[in-house]
Amino acid sequence: MFNRIWTLFKARNLEFLRDRSAFAWNILFPVFVIIGFSLIFNDERQSLYKVGIVASGPTVETPADAHLESFKKMKYIDFIPFASEDQALAKLLHHRIDLLINREKGTYWTSRTSPKGYIAERLLRSTADIPVSGFKKEEVRGTEIPYIEWLFPGILGMNMMFSALFGVGYVVVTYRKNGVLKRMSVTPLRPWEFLTSQILSRMYLLLLTTAIVFIGCKLMYGFQVRGSYLTLLLVVCLGGFSMISLALVVASRSGSEEFAGGILNLITWPMMFLSEVWFSLEGADPWVQKASRIFPLTQMIDAARKIMNDGAGFRDVQSNILILAAMSLAFLVVGSLLFKWQKG
Amino acid sequence: MDPILEVKDLVKHYPEVRAVDGISFAIEPGTCFGFLGPNGAGKTTAIEVIEGILRPTAGEIFYKGKRRGNSFKNEVGIQFQNTELPQFLTVKETLLTFRNLYDRRADLSYLIETCRLEEILKRDNRKISGGQKQRLLLAMALANDPELLFLDEPTTGLDPQARRHLWDIVRRINSMNRTIVLTTHYMEEAEILCDYIGIIDRGKIIAMGTPRGLLQEHCAGVTISLRAPIDDAVLGDFPCRWFRREDHVEIQTGSPNECLYRLVELGVDLSTMNVRNQNLDDLFLKLTGHDLRA
Repeated sequence: MFNRIWTLFKARNLEFLRDRSAFAWNILFPVFVIIGFSLIFNDERQSLYKVGIVASGPTVETPADAHLESFKKMKYIDFIPFASEDQALAKLLHHRIDLLINREKGTYWTSRTSPKGYIAERLLRSTADIPVSGFKKEEVRGTEIPYIEWLFPGILGMNMMFSALFGVGYVVVTYRKNGVLKRMSVTPLRPWEFLTSQILSRMYLLLLTTAIVFIGCKLMYGFQVRGSYLTLLLVVCLGGFSMISLALVVASRSGSEEFAGGILNLITWPMMFLSEVWFSLEGADPWVQKASRIFPLTQMIDAARKIMNDGAGFRDVQSNILILAAMSLAFLVVGSLLFKWQKG
Repeated sequence: MDPILEVKDLVKHYPEVRAVDGISFAIEPGTCFGFLGPNGAGKTTAIEVIEGILRPTAGEIFYKGKRRGNSFKNEVGIQFQNTELPQFLTVKETLLTFRNLYDRRADLSYLIETCRLEEILKRDNRKISGGQKQRLLLAMALANDPELLFLDEPTTGLDPQARRHLWDIVRRINSMNRTIVLTTHYMEEAEILCDYIGIIDRGKIIAMGTPRGLLQEHCAGVTISLRAPIDDAVLGDFPCRWFRREDHVEIQTGSPNECLYRLVELGVDLSTMNVRNQNLDDLFLKLTGHDLRA
């Protein structure tokens, strides 16, 4: 029994490690995403609005110059020079810029349909040195989390999700489609032995690739894990296990890679957008926030962020851990009961 | 001698097809039994029901006198018609992987030597030829040193040389007192490899016996082939059985002299004539009215 599981565990690992494109993609994809986002969201380049400035001909002092200079000092706004007004207006009409200023004429334009244009206009008007009354400015207190540290658990989780769901789901369906499962079915191998070997293999590979990405990014960005590494490992293991089990449900019967691919996309895309991988759901409709809790990825990322960003301990994330364990068990039982060696 | 495998009134029906329609046979240990029939005759369905892959609609299957039990999978070897191999593994790794799935294991060097895998052991599965793949699949089927071996169309798609290599291996395995059940639509393969054959068509066994016995019983005469264009009306009341094939007419007769005399009388051009002893192909044509290779 253990010999059969060990044999298939080794064989699957060899297949994965020798498939260089898949192996490299599993490691490089999250690194690329993190590098990309660290560049895009670098504080100095993090512009929220784009303002076009028409400046044709020789520079002539205009009454609006002082106001414009004050506006230009505002952070998070990109100022883009244009040689002609017509060219700049075309960009505004296509929402390539949010506001257009012709300093020589002392005129500005916004699009009536652009929310960003509305805010940019309010910002322009607010720089006319009007004092803010009734408010007192205070600095935020507490540990400020750099965006990249907030993003990192999400990217790691997303990578694990793709690896678990496609790496197990797609592979099992392909085995079934091309007859490898049928061939195995006429040996003394039992379904649970096969499923166990696939789970163990993918867990091992998930942990290996996640560890490589984690260490690499930690060396590159030097971010901190403020909570317990052991609890983080438990969360990552349970998160990976639950998503592998979910993949086994998807792959339990289908012999069509196209169908399985469609189902996997149907699961992964909402999970990716609703599990706060890229952005917070703060402010979203309450039902959206509640619905997002049914995803194992949400539970894993939520717990990982609490541990990494807020220094949470086991007790703080035990509800996430219990939910992940329950999901894993439920998916595993359903996947095992539905499993068929052959299509049809 | 008690049969190693006995099948009684086996039936496998699908909603619109009677794939296997009440077949019965028994196989003695150490023999090679072949199902001979065209594509779609029900050979693969029959063999897969016996292997335990498909559930029978009715009928009984006995292995060593008993219903197939838990030990059946450990004691039989199976080679399917189409099986892809795991990607990114070498031939040796694939063989070891499947060998380790059994409680009973054949000696690795015996498998490698019997199936002539020495030169390709380290080769990636994706880089082996069709014949090499069939030899590896055969080695995988032998991985548990089976007493009973099922081979489903083992040489389909192979070139003549690769086919002969595989025949040599199968004969060698059979000579080591292993029982073999194979399916084929190649008459020559059945004649060379099988001690007994069951000719199957539309889910029924229409003739069974040794190849020689069947030919003696049903095909004592000769087959005359004529490539000349002959109108059906010319052979309308011809005294011998005749069949129109793709580009020629075949006449089966036990009295070649009389047949040739009548052809000359009818003015048929005999310049493209070929006369040969009848074979299993002719027997199939005689029994079913259609071609074995159809």
